Amino acid sequence: MPEIRMTTRAANEKLIMDASEVTRALTRIAHEILERNKGTHDLALVGIRTGGVHLAHRLVKRIQDIERVKVPIGELDITLYRDDLALRKEQPILKTTKVPFNIADMKVVLVDEFTGRTIRAAMDGLMDLGRPAEIQLAVLVDRGHRQLPIKATYIGKNIPTAGEEIVRVFLEEDGEEDRVVIRQGGTP
Amino acid sequence: MSFKHKHLLGIAPLSTEEIMLILETADSFKEVSGREIKKVPALRGKTVVNLFFEPSTRTRTSFELAAKRLSADVINFSPSNSSVVKGETLLDTARNIEAMQADIIVLRHPAAGAAETLARGVKSSVINAGDGWHEHPTQALLDLYTLREKKRDFKGLRVAIVGDVAHSRVARSNIHALTKVGAEVRVIGPRTMMPCGIERLGVRPYDNLDEGLRGVDVIMMLRLQLERQGRALFPTIREYSRLYGLTAERLKLAEPGALVMHPGPINRGVEIAPDVADSFASVILDQVTNGIAVRMGILYLLSGANE
Repeated sequence: MPEIRMTTRAANEKLIMDASEVTRALTRIAHEILERNKGTHDLALVGIRTGGVHLAHRLVKRIQDIERVKVPIGELDITLYRDDLALRKEQPILKTTKVPFNIADMKVVLVDEFTGRTIRAAMDGLMDLGRPAEIQLAVLVDRGHRQLPIKATYIGKNIPTAGEEIVRVFLEEDGEEDRVVIRQGGTP
Repeated sequence: MSFKHKHLLGIAPLSTEEIMLILETADSFKEVSGREIKKVPALRGKTVVNLFFEPSTRTRTSFELAAKRLSADVINFSPSNSSVVKGETLLDTARNIEAMQADIIVLRHPAAGAAETLARGVKSSVINAGDGWHEHPTQALLDLYTLREKKRDFKGLRVAIVGDVAHSRVARSNIHALTKVGAEVRVIGPRTMMPCGIERLGVRPYDNLDEGLRGVDVIMMLRLQLERQGRALFPTIREYSRLYGLTAERLKLAEPGALVMHPGPINRGVEIAPDVADSFASVILDQVTNGIAVRMGILYLLSGANE
């Protein structure tokens, strides 16, 4: 068990999940994915850049630990499918989509940090790559107050938030201590 | 790092970082071009107008495909079938196109500086697809992209540009681009086709092809504009070909694994021998394929909302 570093937090910030809670949530989601899909047959995970990709890699690792099978993993950049491209003055930096397998007739689990408008974009992006048998959605956090009628299949933690509250997920892969925090208004 | 330009008028005004950003953006579109469904919705609702005052198949088609794969609407304007023959000026033509709500105008024009003039006169973004002897920035960017794909690193890469350097916008844009990313550039051609003072652009001129090719990693052949024959730049096409044509024999003077590039259309047997054009060293068709991804990248970066 690694020692938990104390990180300084802004006064308006509240810790929602610490590193061990993130770990346990991911382990549970891995089991739920296997249970729902009755194993790993035709199963694939696709992470949404950037946080979702890290989480997808962790889930693939856990599934491998449980079932001794490495399921295919893809990385999806949804920038080109965003619904606010025409509204922005400067275009966001693109990253590459890497889905090195055919998703046709696969059961694809999309993985992201939370539910939101990106999931709509991700589903459109995924459909352009092929016609999966099923799309499921795994998120670390469900923030409530949906802007679109999209519900996750697997949820790490439900955190009902008000509109002015901002949820942020920090992950080790980005050089942070694993944690989920909630901030009141201000800059995300 | 974000792309802050509204227009792409040339390579000269771009920083090295901006050039690298364009190449990295193109990577994403290369992936899109490799898909079964080669289309993304990024430019949905935008209109791209190809305004071509000079004949072009490759560049125009490439821009057209690039815009369509981004889901933009594309219109092609060329002078032979437009009101230009009725005496309308460039700016008036462009303003009319703009009045139809064009977001991006891709311009090819025989006069150097035409793209700049247009950019000052209209609200749309302007992409220079070749203006006289001045610049052809998207060609240089797709050349860089192809080089990066094949050679990984530009630093210290020795590149020879061969042919009519004086009258070539491809040469000028490539000289700017290659020197900015740290390549070592040589220009090779007869003195009648070499601008004086070219050294000031940071390149080394040669008038002997064999000498210039020795040890280079990349050979960029320029198209001999056959229409220039009879203007005392070179005596005969045969003599030009004998002195400045790239043959398999001459290719051996370059480094092993050297690449051969050409912006097209090629004059087989004039500036490039058929067996060289078709050899493993030739990346001419890769240039064409990459051209679409690079142009998609540029259209994407320039398509931010206007104020």
